[in-house]
Amino acid sequence: MPPLTSKEERIALFQQWFSDNIPHNKALGLKVIGASRGFASMQLEWREELVGNPETGVLAGGPLTAMLDGCCGMSVATMLKAPEPFATLDLRIDYVRPAEPGKPVIAEAECYRITRSVAFTRAFAHHGDAKDPIAAAAGTFMLGTKGKATRPPLGDKP
Amino acid sequence: MSALLSRLAEARKEGNVARLAEAIPYARWMQIAPENGTGELLTRMRYHPELIGNTFLPAIHGGTLGAMLEMAAIFHLLWETETETVPKIVNITVDYLRSARPVDVIACAKVTKQGRRMVNVFAEAWQEDRSKPVATANAHFLVKSDADAPPSL
Repeated sequence: MPPLTSKEERIALFQQWFSDNIPHNKALGLKVIGASRGFASMQLEWREELVGNPETGVLAGGPLTAMLDGCCGMSVATMLKAPEPFATLDLRIDYVRPAEPGKPVIAEAECYRITRSVAFTRAFAHHGDAKDPIAAAAGTFMLGTKGKATRPPLGDKP
Repeated sequence: MSALLSRLAEARKEGNVARLAEAIPYARWMQIAPENGTGELLTRMRYHPELIGNTFLPAIHGGTLGAMLEMAAIFHLLWETETETVPKIVNITVDYLRSARPVDVIACAKVTKQGRRMVNVFAEAWQEDRSKPVATANAHFLVKSDADAPPSL
């Protein structure tokens, strides 16, 4: 397979891989909206069943946690030279303000450092303005864990 | 009074903590509910295929473990402390210790420090063997009404 160079192809491949291999991301309805080296972004549509408080319609913390975990993980995947299994080591989330009911949430993650064993990531969740975040996250990932690769093959050389 | 707090009053009257989850759409969708059958307050996330985060192992999605630890902390604060408001989560740090297999996950929580406005809670999740936790978490919650407080429930 030739290396994927177009942005659309890359996003489509990650989305496909995501939906096929990570059922919870599919259940949440996470949509991949960006993938480039060291960066990943996703969108989550507001829905009633993801709400924590039915009186306010504010999303529960859980869907944001799962989204930020997934987005940080995907930013790690974009940094791997070849598909390799990895797992979340820890994840910190600061909930800085309530998500607004009815609005989609966008997460943007950056993998800013990768070593042989550990990858370091940061992410923000917002409603379209990254300067006005809903949540901030810091996640670290352990590389070379058990199982099969957790990244789609992007036309890697064997 | 919020629906959750009135549900709490009903649950206390009946001695059935599981009713708390009924007021939270996300908890219902995720099949996360508290139980106190053994006298200890535990929170269970019932296994269903939509929890999977890695089809190869297979393993439960780390985000769902963080979510259920957060719910376990909230249920603990509602049930075991004299809270008059719904606790608002400020932040949470989750440590992933083992991959979680496709079976139920159970969690317990305890208050590490109770302040006037802020509570520090520790929560731990396991599967069949309680001595082998799959994930732990520390979280801060605001427990005093404050118009400027962060979200949560």
